[in-house]
Amino acid sequence: MSEDAAPFLELNGISKTYPGVVALDGVSLSVCRGEIVGLIGENGAGKSTLMKVLGGVVEPTAGTIRVDGRDRAAFSVNDAITSGIAFVHQELNLFDNLDVGANVLIGREPLYGGPLRLIDRKAIKRKVQPLLDRLGADFTPDTPVAELSLAQQQLLEIAKALSLDARLVIMDEPTSSLTLTETERLLTVLHELRRDGVSIIFISHRLNEVKACADRVVVLRDGRVVGALDGERIKPEAMIRLMIGRDLKSLYIPPKTAPGAPVLEIEDFRTSAFPDHPVSLTLRRGEILGLAGLIGAGRTELACAAFGIDRPLSGTLRIDGKAAAIAEPRDAIARGLYLVPEDRKRAGLHLEFSLTENISLPDLKSYATGSLISPIAEAGNAEAQRQRLNIKAYDVATEAGTLSGGNQQKIVLAKWLSMKPRVIIFDEPTRGIDVGAKSEIYALMRALADAGVAVLMISSDMEEVIGVSDRMAVMHEGTISGFLERDRFSEHNVLQLAVGKTLN
Amino acid sequence: MLKKDLGLLLLILVVGAVVAFLNPRFLSGINLANTANLVGLFGLFSLGEGFVIITGGIDLSVGSIFALLGVIFINLLVAYGLPWPVAVLLIIMAGVILGLIHGLLVTRVRMQPFVVTLCGLLIYRGVARWYTDDGTAGFEFGQSFPTLERLTTGRSFAVEGGFVGIPNSFIAFVVVALIMGVVLHRSVFGRYLFAVGKNEEAARYSGIRTRAIVTAAYVISGGLAGISAIYLAMYTRSISPASHGNFYELYAIAAAVLGGCSLRGGEGSVLGIVLGAILLQVLQNLVNLLGIPSSLNFAVMGGVILVGVIADMQLVRYRAFKANERKRAGIVALGAATQGE
Repeated sequence: MSEDAAPFLELNGISKTYPGVVALDGVSLSVCRGEIVGLIGENGAGKSTLMKVLGGVVEPTAGTIRVDGRDRAAFSVNDAITSGIAFVHQELNLFDNLDVGANVLIGREPLYGGPLRLIDRKAIKRKVQPLLDRLGADFTPDTPVAELSLAQQQLLEIAKALSLDARLVIMDEPTSSLTLTETERLLTVLHELRRDGVSIIFISHRLNEVKACADRVVVLRDGRVVGALDGERIKPEAMIRLMIGRDLKSLYIPPKTAPGAPVLEIEDFRTSAFPDHPVSLTLRRGEILGLAGLIGAGRTELACAAFGIDRPLSGTLRIDGKAAAIAEPRDAIARGLYLVPEDRKRAGLHLEFSLTENISLPDLKSYATGSLISPIAEAGNAEAQRQRLNIKAYDVATEAGTLSGGNQQKIVLAKWLSMKPRVIIFDEPTRGIDVGAKSEIYALMRALADAGVAVLMISSDMEEVIGVSDRMAVMHEGTISGFLERDRFSEHNVLQLAVGKTLN
Repeated sequence: MLKKDLGLLLLILVVGAVVAFLNPRFLSGINLANTANLVGLFGLFSLGEGFVIITGGIDLSVGSIFALLGVIFINLLVAYGLPWPVAVLLIIMAGVILGLIHGLLVTRVRMQPFVVTLCGLLIYRGVARWYTDDGTAGFEFGQSFPTLERLTTGRSFAVEGGFVGIPNSFIAFVVVALIMGVVLHRSVFGRYLFAVGKNEEAARYSGIRTRAIVTAAYVISGGLAGISAIYLAMYTRSISPASHGNFYELYAIAAAVLGGCSLRGGEGSVLGIVLGAILLQVLQNLVNLLGIPSSLNFAVMGGVILVGVIADMQLVRYRAFKANERKRAGIVALGAATQGE
């Protein structure tokens, strides 16, 4: 570490409350010059809110920010940039139709030709090449971004940060899509940056990488700093111990009957996201199987393959013991296998359609005589579903897009409940939904299971997946790293499996 | 009836009243019959265009289809001496097949609709000109097909010395429009068409065969273009393939857009397209009757569409604003109601 130990960044008592939710609760954090700080915590612990505060996107409700020894009262996006804070996001923000040089200097292109404002390509090269050299990049300023691998794009983002004279680089899950060797390269680059006095905040779920690169680790839980580790004390076990341990509200509604015969059997499914990892899964009648794991573990891909959105590369799927060839969602729907998708607005609903039109859409033919739709039958069913699910809308002619997230999600459910479900896959069923609607949806899932439906619930919310499931499968990088029965449910066990460790 | 359609109807009535006031001949039986005939001719294929636009696509090829299928139709009757019902059937079939090809290129090869049908526009026009050696195709002297002519260019319900009658092309248009109206607004297929046009992804997640639905829209457009090709051939009776049907696809797009179809897909109504087609012909008629130089024809059309669409957008914005206010009031009411429980 450098001799100049005065912290570059000091956060003091940062709080952020949203109506009804405390996202950050008095967080204090300091980062020294030339220090790599690992920031860890479960999904929803407050990491992203904290980063938004640092980026000037979110204004804290309380607390002070000191950068470079100076107090910053109001911290705007511009303040963040001028004080040398740069972000390398999980989802890269690159123009893949342009080349590397253009991306690094986008919005700050060197110009010539006076009023013609022509772009000085030579100057771009002159400015960008040294940055790439410093990072040991194996591409040039005129390489098209479309030709770069994810790891190279990651380096390009860092080069962009350096070109802004970044003194603090915040990396959000930078290694989530890198291979092992690429990750090692990136960690080497981080160490070189540290030697040059650049500070780094490294957010990652991969505890081994945090261990390999961080000088200090800060752990967030429920919007609070719950501990810090440094030097030799940075060990995966110790980190996991700090990350868990919050009081989980008991959400569990026990099933009325024991689970029955297998309804859905997935055997050796390989998805294009993880072609080398076959997945097998059995879902029994009347149970809620939680599918836990970190974001990007391949759970949504598995659900989409089962529902016929993307064809699996190989594998078989059986419903009620009979092999089912599912090439399109309609094949799955015909067999009673339904999906409540993760992205409600894009895939779950027609926002401009009314409740009625949305609810009848997958089963329109049963509201039609010949091929003419009966508006009365259609609206009648929609009204019944509206009352059954307690959808808060003026009437069933209301446009779906005008309703709140929870009510929109209930419309998606109503689509499938109007039919004859055998299996329903819920992908992040309560994301962006208020507490009241959440518990209604949990109760509904249980009612479905008790009625003999097999429920598969994908969830990244620890409280939800532990609280609602009867049994759990945990995924890690495309494989199922373990199954848990209810008596072994614990945050510790789930997290162990989610980061790829085995349980003893 | 949507408010949008009501506005369009009002515009037609106002324009009509002004023209009638300036030139009373507008309301003469023969002028109305001629205008109705043109509305029928242009309206038929505008309906098909509207279906394609509702899926979020576009069909630029219809004008060239009229030239190609028109010269083939005349050739089938004149050179091959086929019975006219057979020729009519073959031509409609040909239109359907062309539409099917467009649809498959769009859905299976994943080409952009604009590109697919632009290529169609160029290819069919070129082939038509080559097929006739760039000459004019026409019926031979004295050749006549009384039944076909009555069906296409004749009038019904005429009274000797009184009512001039309703052009059969217009009647055909109304019948087709009624069928298409039921298909679009009442049938399962119509709902799917809107669903695919609005959000193809969500439609697929609901189990709709999105590619089949989109392809069907192009097939309908092609089939109606085939029928229109026959009507137009019988109307002009001779076809010079270099100019026959030129720009007609733009009339169709204009009628659909005027009628409330969004080029982004998912919006539109048959009534709107019908009214759009009527307005366009009334404007044509206005140019003729008011002594405006006919070279300004397109300029008048363009101007009216521009103003119409701008006015409509303002209206939509105003209505959204109003609806928002209503919604806020509704939430308050709903909140009060739930509290009362």
